[in-house]
Amino acid sequence: MVLRDRWPARLHVVTGKGGTGKTTVAAALAIALASDGQRTLLVEVEGRQGIAQLFGTPPLPYAEIPVASAPGGGEVRALAVDPEEALLEYLDMFYKLGRAGKALKRFGAIDFATTIAPGMRDVLLTGKVKEATTRAEAGHRVYDAVILDAPPTGRIGRFLNVTAETARLARLGPIKTQSEGVAAFLRSPMTAVHIVTLLEEMPVQETADAVADLTTLEISVGRIIVNSVQPPLLGTGKATRTELRKALVAAGLPADPGTVAGLHTEAKAYLTRREVEETLRDELAALHHDLVELPFIPGGIDRAALLDLADALRSTQ
Amino acid sequence: MVAADGRASPWLDVDAILADPEVRIVVCCGAGGVGKTTTAAALGLRAAEQHGRRTVVLTIDPARRLAQALGLTELDNTPRQVKGTNGAAGGELHAMMLDMKRTFDDVVLAHTDPKRAEEIFANPFYQAMSTTFAGTQEYMAMEKLGQLHARDEWDLIVVDTPPSRSALDFLDAPARLGRFLDGRMLRLLLAPARAGGRSVFNLVTASFGMFARVVQRVIGGQLLADLSGFVAALDSMFGGFRERAEQTYRILQAPETAFLVVAAPEPDAIREAGYFARRLAADRMPLQGLVLNRVHRVAAEALSAEDSLAAAAALDGPAADVLRIHAALAAQVARETAVAARFTEEYPGVPVVPVAAQPADVHDLDGLREIGASLSAGQLPRRGG
Repeated sequence: MVLRDRWPARLHVVTGKGGTGKTTVAAALAIALASDGQRTLLVEVEGRQGIAQLFGTPPLPYAEIPVASAPGGGEVRALAVDPEEALLEYLDMFYKLGRAGKALKRFGAIDFATTIAPGMRDVLLTGKVKEATTRAEAGHRVYDAVILDAPPTGRIGRFLNVTAETARLARLGPIKTQSEGVAAFLRSPMTAVHIVTLLEEMPVQETADAVADLTTLEISVGRIIVNSVQPPLLGTGKATRTELRKALVAAGLPADPGTVAGLHTEAKAYLTRREVEETLRDELAALHHDLVELPFIPGGIDRAALLDLADALRSTQ
Repeated sequence: MVAADGRASPWLDVDAILADPEVRIVVCCGAGGVGKTTTAAALGLRAAEQHGRRTVVLTIDPARRLAQALGLTELDNTPRQVKGTNGAAGGELHAMMLDMKRTFDDVVLAHTDPKRAEEIFANPFYQAMSTTFAGTQEYMAMEKLGQLHARDEWDLIVVDTPPSRSALDFLDAPARLGRFLDGRMLRLLLAPARAGGRSVFNLVTASFGMFARVVQRVIGGQLLADLSGFVAALDSMFGGFRERAEQTYRILQAPETAFLVVAAPEPDAIREAGYFARRLAADRMPLQGLVLNRVHRVAAEALSAEDSLAAAAALDGPAADVLRIHAALAAQVARETAVAARFTEEYPGVPVVPVAAQPADVHDLDGLREIGASLSAGQLPRRGG
């Protein structure tokens, strides 16, 4: 099956509990989907400059700049959306503001608007993402896919449910129209939300909560991506202390009771951890969305590691 | 923790902090997902059981099963005594979960008359702001801390901070609110209301007239009316708001407060811990030390990773598996040590205590006791030394 059939959406929203590695996964997905001559855009919206840190580049400006190439000659560009700049751009596009836009900034109006009505901030951010995803030049889409490093699971429902927030505030007018357009786009087959998790209790719980939230909002959940999975190291058999001592003696290694007991303790802790992980894996499977597992990368994430993770995502069925 | 140049961090003596009657507030801060809430709960339990202090733990968003262990079933802003704690030392443990919206409502009620409060509650801007204002959770956590502190019912308040977008949101929230309330924009919106004028924008200067037209065009009249109603209704309570935010900020700077940064030996969490240490110093907040959670330890110290792997390759069966587990654990310990050393190199004077990784998540008081014991075990190596 070709990559496009396995990852059919145009906009891939990547969320997950803080600490699960959603920025890393979003970047790896952007590389995977750019392979073989495609072009993707990796977008962040929270002002954290996580993409720049990950790729080891200077802080990203409000512009789409290349950050990586993909296997087979593809290109990944990155964009850090700033709500203030997005608002000015939006106003300029629809209202031809010119000088008045600067006046807005000078009066602190933009800071004010995004403070008092954070829902509007989200409309601007998602609106910019929609614009980039649907942008076409000379009859062709500029990006084959857009990957959004989205807010974490705790805020994702609210972030994507832009109409609810703005409808409360703006019952008429251009902001309402804009938010309705964005909402329709986010609910269309063009968009899929992928949830990154670890085999740990809190992230799995939040994954289940996010699936429920998004389903209620009629936003389509794509895949659940289990990050940092360690390969199993232990068969079903448990080694007794006697077996351990014999093995250590045979290998010419220290076989004192302290070492044997230490190994035994380590194996027991490992088994406990494995059992917890198996239970959590079952809980994830019960959510009935495709699971993708990504390997644990011991040395920290660099460009080589991103390419490995991108490969793992590409070969996903 | 030992830096590359051999310098070691001083040990963080958690028991000395929990036992000190002068310490009234412990704030646990750090990146999300490092076990902040569990640490806060374990500290609270230890303060109550080992140091006889009447303690309340303010949690923000605990894992469901941890909440159950503490007997927290609802968000109701009411501290409830935790059942199953040992009161032999004369202490008590109470716990509560922050209800952000309710805390905001209470602040409004405290600063205005009931009729005006009703108007504010009904305003769509208030509804949006009290649930989604960037920093509301942080601000309300600080507000709640201020309230608990003012009541003077507690020997010790342990605060878990919200999993912020930015590590520093909870310190910035009061100041941001202050800036917002002092903002030029707000004053412009308020001016006509204060003057009794009808239109929000009849106070016109040349550029503001243009600005007002833009606003009208973009957001529409109805929205503007709601907004002006909102700021007018809030006007009466602005002073109180800011005063309280500043008061809480000063409490945080006082010697009665102890900040503990919580981290795990992972690159992101350690980097975030560094931001906190810098920021707390810049704001003259009393940082007491770093709690390093989820630290793995090798139990069979006599075996190197290389020897175990070599032996495992020559063997079959369960013993080989166990040796591989040992090698993987030893490698993980080496990685964690290297990551933790970055903090020590940057902040050599900040005391640190490592807390052993638990094979499974903590869901009961016994688990919290174990973590509490692990937190204070950091003192042991110093004995006689």
